[in-house]
Amino acid sequence: DQVLHIIPETIQQVQHLQLLCSTFMLDLWKPLLPEDIRAGEDLHIRVPAPLVQEVKESLAQHMISYRVLIPDVQKLVDQSMPRERSSHRDVSGGYVYTEYHPMEEIYQWMTQIQKNNSELVTQHILGKTFENQTMYYLQISQPSTKTKKIIWMDCGIHAREWISPAFCQWFVKEILQNYKTDPKISRFLQNLDFYVLPVLNIDGYIYSWEEDRLWRKSRSPYENGTCYGTDLNRNFNSSWGSVGVSFNCSSNVFCGSGPESEPETRAVAQFIKSKKSDILCYLTIHSYGQLILTPYGSTTEPPSNNEELMQVAKEAAAALTGKYGTSYRVGSTASILYSNSGSSRDWAHMIGIPLSYTFELRDTGTHGFVLPANQIQPTCEETM
Amino acid sequence: RAMELPSSHLSAARAAAAAVGYLRYLRGGPGRGLQLRELRRARRQDIDDVGHKYYLELELEDVLDKDRTVNCTAEVLYHLGSKTSAPDVQVTVQGELRSTEDADQEFYNRIRSLEKELVAENIPDSHGNVPPELEPIHRLAWVASGYVIWQNSTENTKFHLAQVKHVKQVKRSDEDLQFDFVVLLHEMVSQEVLPWEVTLLWHPQRGARVAQSRAAGAGS
Repeated sequence: DQVLHIIPETIQQVQHLQLLCSTFMLDLWKPLLPEDIRAGEDLHIRVPAPLVQEVKESLAQHMISYRVLIPDVQKLVDQSMPRERSSHRDVSGGYVYTEYHPMEEIYQWMTQIQKNNSELVTQHILGKTFENQTMYYLQISQPSTKTKKIIWMDCGIHAREWISPAFCQWFVKEILQNYKTDPKISRFLQNLDFYVLPVLNIDGYIYSWEEDRLWRKSRSPYENGTCYGTDLNRNFNSSWGSVGVSFNCSSNVFCGSGPESEPETRAVAQFIKSKKSDILCYLTIHSYGQLILTPYGSTTEPPSNNEELMQVAKEAAAALTGKYGTSYRVGSTASILYSNSGSSRDWAHMIGIPLSYTFELRDTGTHGFVLPANQIQPTCEETM
Repeated sequence: RAMELPSSHLSAARAAAAAVGYLRYLRGGPGRGLQLRELRRARRQDIDDVGHKYYLELELEDVLDKDRTVNCTAEVLYHLGSKTSAPDVQVTVQGELRSTEDADQEFYNRIRSLEKELVAENIPDSHGNVPPELEPIHRLAWVASGYVIWQNSTENTKFHLAQVKHVKQVKRSDEDLQFDFVVLLHEMVSQEVLPWEVTLLWHPQRGARVAQSRAAGAGS
């Protein structure tokens, strides 16, 4: 079945369309009644598969132009059903990846993921947040005799960027569902381990669900408990406190009382430092903006391996665009976004991790932080 | 004398956001929501004793007519040293925008015939959803916030509408519709979310105008 989009231009066209609808008993999606069809207004009709050819011919005969809005209605129906497709392994017991999940559900998901995929996944403690929530990361590693290089990815350093943890969860699911059948993924896993931190700023994330959807920072108190939160992405030890920050707790870019003043920052930094000789790539996922950002934010001086960084980023952006046409810009934070110091990405590069990137996912401002859940799937698919 | 800028350069992106705000105020409505698809080209000119002028080529789309491309050129002049005056913006849209006459009239009649004044909050909701009957109101919020964004843009700011916190219709004795909005604007450079109170008047033939606007007190 197909849904056609038509804008009738004349009364004659309107009449012909009304006739078509009643003769073939077509399913009008917009407007609801044939008598409401008007010249100059959108018309959406669903045409059952056996009639598609005939209806299109009739439209052509009457010089009525149309566009195929939905080429396969059944496919769309199937995609919007929240169930795992039968050809895929059930990696997480029916978890719905096309919805946003609160923190307790993400904790349950991690447990389930490790349970169902214990040959590949182990869950580890990274540290604790200010409010004493446990920070876990998932290690996806195929047993092997050789030591493998690591790709680290963290999501949710900023509480309101909900699409970011949604992507980390999606990413894990995709790897686990397809590693046996997808040659690219299986080759990755032969040579690399993935370490994924689905939510870095757990306290902030919970706060954005319970109190303030647009909260950004952590939830550590300052100034005698009259002010809350450090911008964790200004708190790392990379030119800390030099540019693009505030020393005032009430600011959304408050960089904390010193580099790594926050437990969340320390938890991540300590771990990455301990593994740094094996980490090939550091990825940190944010929203919004549709950008792949390279070092640095604290200076416009290009990093030593800028050419390589840019080339890889450009190839990634091109691959991403190839999926749904979504365009991403590539460049250093300082040149395409703003100046900032103390970012995790800058820090990772400065301690020697060669490929360090910040991803700013969809969109470019239309919905901003409040990205509709129906964009989770396309955003994640293109970013994969 | 105008210097070419890479179109991904941050100053070009900021000027584009100001231009889009202005354009939304001028041409937006319940039946039309313009958004930026791509900044194609940007040039900048430093004018002695006057300020910085950006020449932009923008590719936009109407959310209600996504298949079509709306091309436009914009000039954004930020006045030197002035912290309190809005940038001068001029926008030229190439070609015709899709007519919204019928949709506008229908919306107008629907709101006028409401027994109780319309009230709503959190548009979109936390999960990004907007109930279909509130979509035209959401687009009017784009118009209202477009005005505020234009008026408050500088070379060091980039504003987007983050969410409509609250909207209340106020019935009037004249023919305009009045909506009192509280909009939350996200400012990219400071990362702040700034609440603004905006009173928007709208009429299907006469279009929109902001009656008053002010930064709201510290949020909830």
